[in-house]
Amino acid sequence: MTTLQARPARSAAAASAPGRSVRTPVVPRIAAMTVMVVFTGYFLFPLWWLLVASSKTRGDVLGTNPLWFADLHLVDNVRDVLTYRDGLFGQWMGNSLLYAGVGAAVATLLASMCGYALAKYQFRGREALFNVVLGGVLVPATALALPLFLIFSAVDLTDTYWSVLLPSIVSPFGVYLSRIYAAASVPDELIEAARLDGAGEIRTFFGVSVRLMVPALVTVYLFQFVAIWNNFFLPLIMLRDERKFPVTFGLYTWNSQVNQIPELNTFVLVGALLSIIPLVVAFLALQRFWRGGLGAGSVK
Amino acid sequence: MTTAPAALARPPAPGRATRRAPRRYGKAIAFFVAPFGLLFTLFYVVPIAAAVWQSLLTVERDGTFGAARQVFGGLVQYEAVFRNEAFWESVGRVLLFGVVQVPVMLGLALLFALLLDSPLVRGKKFFRLAYFVPYAVPGVIAAIMWGFLYSPRLSPFTALTANVPILGADLVLWAIANVVTWVYVGYNMLIIYSALLAIPGEVSEAAVLDGAGQARIALSIKVPMVMPAISLTAIFSIIGTLQLLAEPQVFRSFSSAVTSTFTPNMTVYATSAVPNTSLAAAFSVVLALMTFVLSFGFLKLSQRKEAR
Repeated sequence: MTTLQARPARSAAAASAPGRSVRTPVVPRIAAMTVMVVFTGYFLFPLWWLLVASSKTRGDVLGTNPLWFADLHLVDNVRDVLTYRDGLFGQWMGNSLLYAGVGAAVATLLASMCGYALAKYQFRGREALFNVVLGGVLVPATALALPLFLIFSAVDLTDTYWSVLLPSIVSPFGVYLSRIYAAASVPDELIEAARLDGAGEIRTFFGVSVRLMVPALVTVYLFQFVAIWNNFFLPLIMLRDERKFPVTFGLYTWNSQVNQIPELNTFVLVGALLSIIPLVVAFLALQRFWRGGLGAGSVK
Repeated sequence: MTTAPAALARPPAPGRATRRAPRRYGKAIAFFVAPFGLLFTLFYVVPIAAAVWQSLLTVERDGTFGAARQVFGGLVQYEAVFRNEAFWESVGRVLLFGVVQVPVMLGLALLFALLLDSPLVRGKKFFRLAYFVPYAVPGVIAAIMWGFLYSPRLSPFTALTANVPILGADLVLWAIANVVTWVYVGYNMLIIYSALLAIPGEVSEAAVLDGAGQARIALSIKVPMVMPAISLTAIFSIIGTLQLLAEPQVFRSFSSAVTSTFTPNMTVYATSAVPNTSLAAAFSVVLALMTFVLSFGFLKLSQRKEAR
């Protein structure tokens, strides 16, 4: 009842928006906007600089204003990066998309199934399982990488695509988030109804429950995608053949050779710019889904 | 309102449907849980067990030139860990890093989230996006980018970088702290912001009617209500700090002040490359335990504060 009474009052306040701006003092508003604008500069200027630097010849990078364009060579630079050493950079991008794209997809599927079962079924050892998985969230990935290397070398799998892909498809945080989200957004009544209609448990999950869990699935997918895309220690330890490197690790190796091969300088910058694009696009395209999921993860 | 960490102790209550006939769905449960369970065992449980086992081994040789073989050495490696000064220096370095960087980063994230949630800021959509974009930049790439920006030759701020040794021994740790902050502030801001969005509008409106200003509302009402989300970001940040690897590793090509044992993880890697896998495993185990102790310790501390 209280909420019902409060709501009209709220919309009235919202409707008289000009009235509100009179009520809010001017000084705090200017201060707040100043803070936000200044920090927008802080967050965006390195990216702006990267874009500008990527569009310059090597000579211009050093000789011209770092924050404004000189002769535009972005297309040439991109072509040079893509053709350097038989398209090594393109291969790296492809590898990253494979590791992160496929890895995150499988991870999301497995994590959501497990999280759903933890939320919607009562079974022996459920809490123990959940606690072990939560412990897994806290285990530093780097503490796992070294023993994983020893295990993979025992079965002769180091320096293969599998050595990076397989460990990436396990997401304890995904299980945690899926459990929270399934508990909150998949009503038991709906599952009961599906059962009465004669659907099996598995069909109920894939046909009904998964749809309600979409924001959580997108969130798990994106964050696992980022985790794999950013993973540094695992490729560092597992891979020797540069044709299998993910893009971040490849750019790292180029960057550490800049002193011997100066032309890599431009390639590193242009490559960095190109490597950021897929993630930015993914976040932008999916933001209306994952923001809902993010809320579920932190507040429930 | 429970949070991620609070749910650790208090999982969601089982629903009505789940209480009934637990055994009927045994096959389905196995179908849902087994794939993840199997892979979790293979890629989490087994490696941890392997690391612990490996850390208890030591290399023994038959004579000076004899074949090396691994034998059980008890806690020999752990003794070596505790006597390894480079490792403890690196631990001290990341702790110092964390004590400064984590509060600064989370303070900023909280400030931005509160500003975004207040009626003081226009253009929220734009700011939210602009602040979050750095999170899409991988740590390695961010470090390369800032490395260029700091370098005296390339930087747009040559007046600053030519005169201040940002990449020198005294400042390089804070140069790295800036990179980490730049990448993760927006991410933490979003977590706190989505918690703020969950607070019913009526709460703030009532406070406004009582004559409270925005700053007062933020400090007395909003911050306490989103404390759980802040704890969550703090725990992730603590874990991240102890795991610091990619950024300092990249900075090695920009700064000679970053040694191969600059952070604990770099020490682990350098040791494993020697190779001394048993000592490296012992480092990993000690580091993982410290991570647990610190993050759980923080969790308990923040829960006690909340309960008060």
